[in-house]
Amino acid sequence: MMRALLIPALMFALFGCGEKSQSQADARDSGDQQAWQGANDPFVTKGWTAGNRTEWERQVRSRTQNQNEYIRINGS
Amino acid sequence: MARMKFICDAERCIECNACVTACKNENEVPWGVNRRRVVTINDGLVGQEKSISVACMHCSDAPCMAVCPVDCFYRSEEGVVLHDKNICIGCGYCSYACPFGAPQFPSNGTFGLRGKMDKCTFCAGGPEENGSKAEFEKYGRNRLAEGKLPACAEMCSTKALLGGDGDVLADIFRDRVVHRGKGSEVWGWGTAYGKLPDPKAKPAPEKKS
Repeated sequence: MMRALLIPALMFALFGCGEKSQSQADARDSGDQQAWQGANDPFVTKGWTAGNRTEWERQVRSRTQNQNEYIRINGS
Repeated sequence: MARMKFICDAERCIECNACVTACKNENEVPWGVNRRRVVTINDGLVGQEKSISVACMHCSDAPCMAVCPVDCFYRSEEGVVLHDKNICIGCGYCSYACPFGAPQFPSNGTFGLRGKMDKCTFCAGGPEENGSKAEFEKYGRNRLAEGKLPACAEMCSTKALLGGDGDVLADIFRDRVVHRGKGSEVWGWGTAYGKLPDPKAKPAPEKKS
């Protein structure tokens, strides 16, 4: 009887000690629009279509790669 | 899926503070709040002075997210740690938890009242509509949704500060290390946690006094 009461009581007491998973897969749905959906302003770059995730990823990847001057300038 | 990261190359940073200025300008960050800053050690010592640009590192296991009592933080699909100012109560727990001092608090209210937390958003805005006026006023520009990268990284003249997909950044850094012919020794387990114990090493004999 005592054990039956103690176990749920302990579980309740330790409930606040947990930590939420922060993995990308568990990213909270905050209602935020995804970046690949594009922005409602006149500064969107050319070369990709808003709403097309693959194109957006390619655009960002190539832009990131542009920071590598060994490729950007030397072409090596 | 890309995971966005920053990295700053201490061999290249010249402490010009262009990243700080770019961030301030692009996001119209209020007076007293610095989402990014340049930290210099051994200032003035020839050959020993090193600078790095620091802001929110968008940690994979973010302590700010773990300690927030109102759960205002969230992570975008690209791994960017963002927060909702409508939920933030300005308690400052995140500021104590963050090892980089990223969370900032405007204190221009009555009696220096601490406002809602502000931090680097990786130029990814916030939970408002992408590119909207409301988003800009609360969080700054959403450059990611414009197909761009953070202004600080793209503005960096020496390309010390890199921002973008972590895998690509790792490739860029590897390229640099190969071209420099040095640097690989300063990365890795030994640097982060101390050298691995040598199994052949024998303990030094104790001195008898």
